[in-house]
Amino acid sequence: MLRLEPRPAAPRWLEFATPLMAVAATMIAGGILFALMGFDPVAAVRTIFWDPLFGTAAGYSRPQLLVKAGPLILIACGLAVGFRAGIWNIGAEGQYIVGGITGAAVALAAYPAEGAWIFPAMVVAGAAGGWAWGMIPAMLRNWFGASEILVSLMLVYVAQKLAAWMAFGPMRNPEGFGMPGSRNLQQYPAAANPELVAGTGAHWGVVAAALAVVATWFLMSRHIRGFHIRAAGLAPRAARFAGVRPAVLVAFCLGLSGALAGMAGLFEASGPGGQIIDSFGSGYGFTAIIVAFLGRLHPLGILLAGLLLALTYIGGELAQLTMQLPAATVQVFQGMLLFFLLGFDTLTRFRIRLGKGGA
Amino acid sequence: MTTTELFRAEGLGKTYPGVRANDDVSFSVGAGEIHALLGENGAGKSTLVKMIYGLVRPDAGHMRLGGAAHAPADPHAARAAGVGMVFQHFSLFDALTVAENIALGMDAPPPRRELSQRIAEVSAAYGLPLNPARRIASLSAGERQRVEIVRCLLGGPRLLIMDEPTSVLTPQEAEILFATLRKLAAQGTAILYISHKLDEIRAHCDRATILRQGRVVGTVSPRDHSARELAAMMVGAEMRLVDRSGRQTGEAVLTVAGLTSAAGHDGTLLRDVGFAVHAGEILGIGGVAGNGQEELIAALSGETVGRPGTVTLTGTDLSGLGPEPRRRAGLLAAPEDRLGHAAVPEMSLTENALLTGATRQGLARGGLIDHGATRAFAERIIAAFDVRTPGPGTPAASLSGGNLQKFVIGREIMQQPRALVVNQPTWGVDAGAAAAIRQALLDLARGGAAVVVISQDLDELLELSDRFAALNNGRLSAPVPTEGLTIEQIGLMLGGAHGMEVAHVAA
Repeated sequence: MLRLEPRPAAPRWLEFATPLMAVAATMIAGGILFALMGFDPVAAVRTIFWDPLFGTAAGYSRPQLLVKAGPLILIACGLAVGFRAGIWNIGAEGQYIVGGITGAAVALAAYPAEGAWIFPAMVVAGAAGGWAWGMIPAMLRNWFGASEILVSLMLVYVAQKLAAWMAFGPMRNPEGFGMPGSRNLQQYPAAANPELVAGTGAHWGVVAAALAVVATWFLMSRHIRGFHIRAAGLAPRAARFAGVRPAVLVAFCLGLSGALAGMAGLFEASGPGGQIIDSFGSGYGFTAIIVAFLGRLHPLGILLAGLLLALTYIGGELAQLTMQLPAATVQVFQGMLLFFLLGFDTLTRFRIRLGKGGA
Repeated sequence: MTTTELFRAEGLGKTYPGVRANDDVSFSVGAGEIHALLGENGAGKSTLVKMIYGLVRPDAGHMRLGGAAHAPADPHAARAAGVGMVFQHFSLFDALTVAENIALGMDAPPPRRELSQRIAEVSAAYGLPLNPARRIASLSAGERQRVEIVRCLLGGPRLLIMDEPTSVLTPQEAEILFATLRKLAAQGTAILYISHKLDEIRAHCDRATILRQGRVVGTVSPRDHSARELAAMMVGAEMRLVDRSGRQTGEAVLTVAGLTSAAGHDGTLLRDVGFAVHAGEILGIGGVAGNGQEELIAALSGETVGRPGTVTLTGTDLSGLGPEPRRRAGLLAAPEDRLGHAAVPEMSLTENALLTGATRQGLARGGLIDHGATRAFAERIIAAFDVRTPGPGTPAASLSGGNLQKFVIGREIMQQPRALVVNQPTWGVDAGAAAAIRQALLDLARGGAAVVVISQDLDELLELSDRFAALNNGRLSAPVPTEGLTIEQIGLMLGGAHGMEVAHVAA
């Protein structure tokens, strides 16, 4: 029998080293996998991790880095706050979709009006939509003790159906020749979320992500609310003794992560995505969970992890194009990354012992 | 009665971080003797038998079994040496049969048919009717215990340890058990019998070793003592003269009336608890753990809120308010559990100072944490209460129990409460630190605060408190002055031997 035994004290630097070790292990394991599939492993890993930034076609792929990292970081910041409190919002994907829909709804209702108020109103509506979607698991947990993990996850599928219905029904573009999908907001200046500086890929969502990183850092290390969140995650009874009301904390964390995910959805719907289609949810909400953990639930870590995961998206697509690697490559890489991270984490806190357990 | 000595412990000691669970424990058990191990919860009985059964290794002292040194590395070695143990909680698989369960628990099980036959033999020989083919799920608690006993007996133990065996039995089943134990004893098996049911021990045990706070109080013949005398030895209250000078009792500060709570996590509920504590006064609340202490401190700290009018601080009704507003009003509390309740183990002392000090010390004005002021507050606690630690950045979990307790109590006292409620303020704390904490509580009262000390330590309560009340099964007795209170009276207030049994059945 294998048995896990706690280590006396893991050195602190390991906490920062394990994400790097996980990245290295993912590259090695990924290389082995590609070799087994008959691809050149070195070329494949280079195509995914190097070429998007420094390869010959980097001029096209580099701006994509911020386009992909923006929503990941924005969502992960919200998730990390909840995770620190032991509140597990697994349904950011659903909140992202609903935020995209509610934000876009403002634009579609206003169309074809012009006005500086439209885009800010969309941002607020997107955040509100995500917040409301996050409040469903929060309320169900507070009122009935339902697991927020299951409820938030299941609501992702509800949100996906909602997006499909919107794309085929109420939001379908009346001038779209019957094609599913809403109007393209990119072509509606008052509602568009354009690239702010040409060649960088940075849109308002990237600005919001940067602000979220700073705000999350401030909340968690300077504000009493963040202190209470950390206390609740480490010792719930002590937090209650300090005066934290668990129900309020659940609502705050799920509401905050929902609002940030909803905002990310809106920035996508009005920017790179441009419209609400039935497949509007593209997995950012799930990948952001990996970003949050890889970043050690710390804002700065999330910033770096978000960029790295964005790189796997772009590199994976590039590898598909140039090397004909399968489309699942990105997901395999992201999955391995989380797997190795959790594995290394476990091994830094526990050691494996062979032999029988206690009587 | 005692013929030949079978087991002897000499100077056994075991220290857990912050707790001296066993200290210089020496006693002996003769072959054929039923020997009781008597003590309150937390007196060190479990640690002691775990050392004999090889689950815990002693730090000091040694044991001898049948003339040879006994130092089992694990329960296998203990069983091989002839020690058997029946635990209070059974480890049986419901879906398997009696024979299958017994085979699973054996180091070298014989073939199934042979085993079934031996089970039948043993159960017949000792009057423990048991069908080897029955599934565990269909058995009563008493029958399940028989499975555990038979499993032990198949190993042919010389010393059989029974951990509170009758707590799950009906009186009739208990009688069957005692008949079995007497039969075993008659054949020379030594039995170490853990319980705090005094009548049972007086009726069936040859000798009793009494433990209190990890030390042996004495070994007596239980038949020569009344249940009340045994109880007095267990709780060990001796009158002590303390100087309570310099304190003036003023008007009522903390008033509790008609406090009733829903059942807590262990099923205890408070029933119509009421008392008033005056400025400069210490009220001691005694009782065996699990009689509502946790619920009482939660109701006072604000972790659970009550009906209007139940908790009042100098005329202000705090009943419906949470911990933070109560702190602001001046009602502070220090719960029993240091790690995870009074403090966050992984957080530094500075952060733990912020945990309850934020409001009264103005450490987070407008929500913004003042890290400098917080650290200074932690440093003041560390200096004033002689907390031994490298510094305020040290995680709470790495402090010894006594040092963390000084920090936790100090944190509340330094905030100058108008009323302070503490639960088990010196539990598991060494004598020096305990004296410092008690002195700090006395000084606080001298300064005009109302103090409530909830404790299981009667010595402590008599030393500190002006008035004493007993908490028994969620009910609080009327407080009486401790001046001139005798151990007999305290025993009666705690419900005496009879009350302990009632509390035990209810638990």
